[in-house]
Amino acid sequence: MFKIMYKKELSPGIFHMDIEAPRVAKKAKAGQFIVLRVDEKGERIPLTIADFDVEKGTITLIFQVLGASTMQLSALNEGDSIVDFAGPLGQPSEIDGNMGTVVCIGGGIGVAPVYPIARAMHEAGNKVISIMGAKTKDILIFEDKMRAISDEVIIATDDGSYGVKGFVTTALQQLVDRGEKIDQVTAIGPGIMMKSVCDATRPLGIKTIVSLNPVMVDGTGMCGGCRVQVGDEMKFACVDGPEFDGHLVDFNNLMSRGRMFREQEAKAKDHVCNIGLGR
Amino acid sequence: MALVLEKHKMPEQDPQVRAHNFQEVALGYDEETAVAEANRCLGCKNPQCRPGCPVGIDIPAFIGKIKERDFDSAISIIKESSSLPAVCGRVCPQENQCEKNCVLTHKGESVAIGRLERFVADYQLDKNEEVKPIEFAPDAQKVAIIGAGPSGLTCAGDLARKGYKVTIFEALHVAGGVLSYGIPEFRLPKDKIVKREIDNLQKMGVTIEVNSIAGRLFTVDELMAEMGFDAVFVGTGAGLPHFMNIPGESLNGVYSSNEFLTRCNLMKAYDFPNHATPIAMGKKVAVVGGGNVAMDAARTSLRLGADKVYIVYRRSEAELPARAEEVHHAKEEGIDFKLLNNPVEIIGDENGWVKSLKCIRMELGEPDASGRRRPVAVEGSEFELDVDTVIMAIGNGPNPIVASTTPGMDTNKRGNIIADEETGATTKEGVFAGGDIVTGAATVILAMGAGKKAAAAIDEYLKSKK
Ligand SMILES: Cc1cc2nc3c(=O)[nH]c(=O)nc-3n(C[C@H](O)[C@H](O)[C@H](O)COP(=O)(O)OP(=O)(O)OC[C@H]3O[C@@H](n4cnc5c(N)ncnc54)[C@H](O)[C@@H]3O)c2cc1C
Ligand SMILES: Cc1cc2nc3c(=O)[nH]c(=O)nc-3n(C[C@H](O)[C@H](O)[C@H](O)COP(=O)(O)OP(=O)(O)OC[C@H]3O[C@@H](n4cnc5c(N)ncnc54)[C@H](O)[C@@H]3O)c2cc1C
Ligand code: SF4
Ligand code: FES
Repeated sequence: MFKIMYKKELSPGIFHMDIEAPRVAKKAKAGQFIVLRVDEKGERIPLTIADFDVEKGTITLIFQVLGASTMQLSALNEGDSIVDFAGPLGQPSEIDGNMGTVVCIGGGIGVAPVYPIARAMHEAGNKVISIMGAKTKDILIFEDKMRAISDEVIIATDDGSYGVKGFVTTALQQLVDRGEKIDQVTAIGPGIMMKSVCDATRPLGIKTIVSLNPVMVDGTGMCGGCRVQVGDEMKFACVDGPEFDGHLVDFNNLMSRGRMFREQEAKAKDHVCNIGLGR
Repeated sequence: MALVLEKHKMPEQDPQVRAHNFQEVALGYDEETAVAEANRCLGCKNPQCRPGCPVGIDIPAFIGKIKERDFDSAISIIKESSSLPAVCGRVCPQENQCEKNCVLTHKGESVAIGRLERFVADYQLDKNEEVKPIEFAPDAQKVAIIGAGPSGLTCAGDLARKGYKVTIFEALHVAGGVLSYGIPEFRLPKDKIVKREIDNLQKMGVTIEVNSIAGRLFTVDELMAEMGFDAVFVGTGAGLPHFMNIPGESLNGVYSSNEFLTRCNLMKAYDFPNHATPIAMGKKVAVVGGGNVAMDAARTSLRLGADKVYIVYRRSEAELPARAEEVHHAKEEGIDFKLLNNPVEIIGDENGWVKSLKCIRMELGEPDASGRRRPVAVEGSEFELDVDTVIMAIGNGPNPIVASTTPGMDTNKRGNIIADEETGATTKEGVFAGGDIVTGAATVILAMGAGKKAAAAIDEYLKSKK
């Protein structure tokens, strides 16, 4: 059993949880994820390691309530436990001190997984410019944390309630327009956002790394459910990724596969609501 | 006594009924049938069955004990050579092993060795005998086992009985390997058989740590240098699914057999939404492949509510690698065998879902390296099979996570760990390996046998080090 040591609702429907898992915390690196199961009948769901504390032996998860499993997880409280927690999974981000200027883009909940990567890049001595995107000001998360480890932070909201009005790509364009020399972009967020970022950086020849979130089961390379098309190769995101060269990723296929279980997901959500598991 | 030419029939669930439930198909012999079947055995002086058994069970001896109704002695004889008889009695390809050479096959059917093995194994499990915990010496040496499939479980059991403190590290949240995630409930019941074997190991004193992915949570070197283990056995299986590399494999509705079976067996998607993991499938399913895995995926599809299920296999019936019984059961349940057909493309609809499977007809040509006649495409014979779900069951390769993080432990060009056939010793001192990770996808009995050999070798190795 893995105990929930801390829980906080960061903004409506977005939760921060610290889970006690000392062995995972000792090995965790930026860019990796874990797979958890809430209870004995639960589904295995992947969540990014948003932070880790070796001393306390905890892993920080930031998750958005979307369907049955995240709803159930959000209904648990400090002191409760979940049955399974496995990781760290996936390849760590490739980070060194000679990356130059990196633009780290997080869209929505994607800010959480981008944070440890941006922090590691910053600690390695690179210039980090962060772009944070959200629909509206109230649901923006991690602003203070991102400011603490970035040389500059640009915020973009769809409705213009905070920062630049528009998408993360609008903010990126501003950087380009002002003549910022960008060596790499790392973008994490919804598929459509990562696709737009890649479409913007491709003509400029800026190396762009994305972190993919296909449906996963085991997270160890055993099921192939997480397969993604990268260039002319089929890759398993859980073991070969989750980070890939964004210019090679077939995003349309990724997004289409993300809808494969839509009907069942709706059913599962109803079920959880009906039996009162989702509080 | 007159010679009975046929095996005593196995009581089975009716095909029409069982095609819609997940309960075990074969119900098992009762005592009288078992004794009557045992009496068919001639107790040959020079038994041909025994050399056919990969682990050399003394077959005539255990059958002799069944004739005497001394079932306890019968199972003891089996357990001298096999650790998982309730499993192997159910899933071994007996027709290619012990039963193949039984003298009775000259006149009729062989003795039903597998069914008799299952009978005595179940007899013992049903007695629920108390398992005595082993008392380990305070200075007992420690062995780590990576992977809780048949090879790892067997190696662990044998080493614990020899007094070693054993910890099994398993990546998934349940032990058992393919026995838990791959082979379906209707062929190998989980709570009744697999879980009980695992529980018994734990009662004996073997520690099982699930959610522990070697190569990520710790490396083999760390197990030995920092975590205090004196030897390591790697039994990580063949868990990396192959695809055909034909167009359309990324469409919605396409699964690897591993994903499909894992969702259903391990995650219990057949009980969705009570169990939270879904399976999205249509009513018309094509399963590509001809082995046990393909039969399991096909029969599982039927039980999940498919109306029409095809097996698409590029060779002919004679080459089907599945156990004869599985093919027979699949046909009885109404699976449609499209033999001598090879998929060339999966065609999708406007929503990105499978619409059909384009195949080409094959004919058998000259024998290939495997001795089987090579299938060759008949030019211009393409046709479309109207299906909405496609399951790829064309084989699995080795998962590279452990090998790639263990310097000094060599693999061959296919990525399988190189290990001595008799001892399981790898090229790295103190590290042994066995089962599918060494041989490539094979059988439960071979994996179990490899675990046994490695346990004996690890014992030798650790004695010499003490
Ligand atoms: C490597 C990786 C890292 C992730 N990190 C985070 C994170 O840090 N925070 C966060 O909020 N979300 C993250 N996700 C997404 C998260 O796993 C899904 O939101 C979650 O599984 C939804 O489950 P549900 O039952 O609540 O919703 P559902 O109603 O089941 O699904 C909602 C959506 O989530 C996706 N999804 C469903 N099941 C899975 C699954 N088993 N694996 C992956 N995606 C699935 C589907 O595309 C679906 O459209 C990550 C996904 C991956 C692959
Ligand atoms: C669907 C299906 C049907 C089959 N039917 C039959 C049959 O009827 N008869 C028969 O004889 N054989 C059958 N087989 C084959 C048989 O199951 C295998 O040959 C046998 O299970 C191999 O045993 P193993 O111990 O080598 O590995 P596995 O059973 O594959 O177990 C390996 C275990 O190691 C774990 N693991 C992997 N990597 C790591 C890691 N890094 N850290 C920790 N743990 C790890 C895995 O999660 C798994 O639990 C079938 C196989 C399948 C898939
Ligand atoms: S070969 Fe057949 S008849 Fe002879 S001992 Fe073996 S099982 Fe009995
Ligand atoms: S999640 Fe199963 S192979 Fe990646």
